[in-house]
Amino acid sequence: MKGVEVTVDRVTRSYGDFKALDDVSVTINRGEFFSLLGPSGCGKTTLLRIIAGFDYPDHGTVYFDQKDILPIPPDKRQSNTIFQTYALFPHLTVYENIAFPLRLKKMGNDEIDQRVQQYVRLVQLEEHLYKKPSMLSGGQKQRVAIARALINEPSVLLLDEPLSALDAKLRQNLLVELDDIHDKVGITFIYVTHDQSEALSVSDRIAVMDKGKILQIGTPYEIYEAPATRFVAQFIGETNIFSCTVLSCEPFENEYMIEVDVPTLGTTINVTDVEPQEVGSKFDFTVRPEKIRITLNPPRSTAAGLNVFKGVVEEPVYSGFQSKYYVKLDDNTTAPLIKVFKQHTVFLEEGPDIEWKDSVYLSWTAVDGYLVKDVDQ
Amino acid sequence: MRKALKPAEREKLLGTLYSFPMGIWFTVFFTVPLAIIILYSFMRRGLYGGVEFQFTLDAYKQMINPSFGKVLFRTLWISTFSTILCIFIAIPVGYAMAKSKYQTLLLFLIIIPFWTNSLIRIYAWISILSTEGFLNSVLIRLGLVKEGLHLIYNNGSVILVLVYMYLPFAILPLFTTIDKFDFFLLDAARDLGATKLESIIKVMFPNIKSGLSTAFIFTFIPIFGAYTVPLLVGGKDSTMIGNIIVDQVSKTRNWPLASAFSMILTVASLIGVFWMLASAQKEAAANKPKFTQQAHEQKVKAHHSRRHR
Repeated sequence: MKGVEVTVDRVTRSYGDFKALDDVSVTINRGEFFSLLGPSGCGKTTLLRIIAGFDYPDHGTVYFDQKDILPIPPDKRQSNTIFQTYALFPHLTVYENIAFPLRLKKMGNDEIDQRVQQYVRLVQLEEHLYKKPSMLSGGQKQRVAIARALINEPSVLLLDEPLSALDAKLRQNLLVELDDIHDKVGITFIYVTHDQSEALSVSDRIAVMDKGKILQIGTPYEIYEAPATRFVAQFIGETNIFSCTVLSCEPFENEYMIEVDVPTLGTTINVTDVEPQEVGSKFDFTVRPEKIRITLNPPRSTAAGLNVFKGVVEEPVYSGFQSKYYVKLDDNTTAPLIKVFKQHTVFLEEGPDIEWKDSVYLSWTAVDGYLVKDVDQ
Repeated sequence: MRKALKPAEREKLLGTLYSFPMGIWFTVFFTVPLAIIILYSFMRRGLYGGVEFQFTLDAYKQMINPSFGKVLFRTLWISTFSTILCIFIAIPVGYAMAKSKYQTLLLFLIIIPFWTNSLIRIYAWISILSTEGFLNSVLIRLGLVKEGLHLIYNNGSVILVLVYMYLPFAILPLFTTIDKFDFFLLDAARDLGATKLESIIKVMFPNIKSGLSTAFIFTFIPIFGAYTVPLLVGGKDSTMIGNIIVDQVSKTRNWPLASAFSMILTVASLIGVFWMLASAQKEAAANKPKFTQQAHEQKVKAHHSRRHR
């Protein structure tokens, strides 16, 4: 099995007035685990169905290794799909479900048996070969779907929210297995999901989509740490995000130290950026909750451009390994609450040390914040 | 002292009570007449109709007759052919209805003809098909033919009208099963290398089997016993079993023979119904999980109680 490079070239698809895909272009590398991530209705499933051959674009085309695949019917494409609802054939046993593509090819019984056994081992279904799908659990059904999609040795595997019907624990296990299978078969995986944690944990690269457009393509690290738009920043993980205006910009080590005015917080914030920014230009400032330190005493750090604010804990949420704190800055009753995550790395004999209505200091360095350049209209 | 009944016992008793009116109805108007027919088929024929109470196999012996054999054979092929035609038309119609936005309207349109008496609908066909009828006058007007074609009083017109009359009985069960069918399965089949036709034959048909067998029985049984259609739009060589029965009762006055022919219809229907029940049972058994959580828990419980004894 060998993966192909999948190129989506300026694809547009409308349903009446609704633009499901609006001039979407993306190149997915050979053998890559690529995720299409976005809320429901963002066009990710439509794009997958176009690649699979169940839907056709109004404009644009799709290439597998520079070959236009739009004229090829779905049964002749080098792609196979794992459907959200599994789409196992209820009248066939697990064995016959997996053998289905081989039977269509009129392959000999011995060869079919050999291949089925091989893929059944890959997904660990040896004990359930002669059961009907209705007798399997959700996770087992998913494994059958995986084996059935892989047995044809496709060049591209398309996964349409394959884990969304499973419970959280099982989802984690299957995700690790999928990653493992991807390493073993080495073909291109295109994974559609609305769950950002799934996408972050397995993908080589992610395309974040909204309203039929791709907003950002990048590695999980790039998407999380350097979101291109406000939407991406808010959709991936949790964050604090505020509109801001540049007050000053000076060189700082290899980067630039920028002071921005945040009207909603009624204060100024220091943040670094790789490029100089013009005074007066408007951006979104974002800082992830886990990067903010929350302490009862003033911070002792003397890092350049350290941001320190005094505030009151309005709502503490304890969740075992961490606590979430929603903090209101002093003297500012209308300001949005700032979200802070604190990891509990030591044994807490008397519960969390910071509690409701405690006076606290919030601090983060200029490097921890990030300026989102592409301000959504 | 009155003994209080447990809720379960009470319900069982009430259930038996409630089933009485239905039971009496079926006994008086269904089981008893059927028993009479069975009985009559083994009696000697009366001179002016009716029977003489004397056991004989005469009626069944009379059935072994080349002219009756021809009618039986004709009834079989006309019924089979019409039924298959009905199903072939009903599958795409059911498919289109299941996919349509206007399901309720389409269902309504299919049910509307039932509001008109079947005789009137047959006469409507006569006025369409007859030599001076609607169809021929249109053809003549268009200059396609010089004089009226013989479109009626032959086996073709019998099949046409039978298909028209019983098509809804094929469409309705097929529509219901196709409507429940998961169309993603067709996508999955295409994705795995099946052509459009292969996906329908290998994935859709096996999953709408219950609808197909119901449609077959719902159309085959009434067509097999059809009597008015061959009588009104059939020709000399369109006689079916139903017509023989009527003739034997009203003209030849051979009631035992009429009963014996009725038995053929009844047996054919019974075979169909049993086949349907058997296939439904097989389907249910195949989908029943062998291992259930309760069974497992009971096993565990039994195991523990043994240890503590």
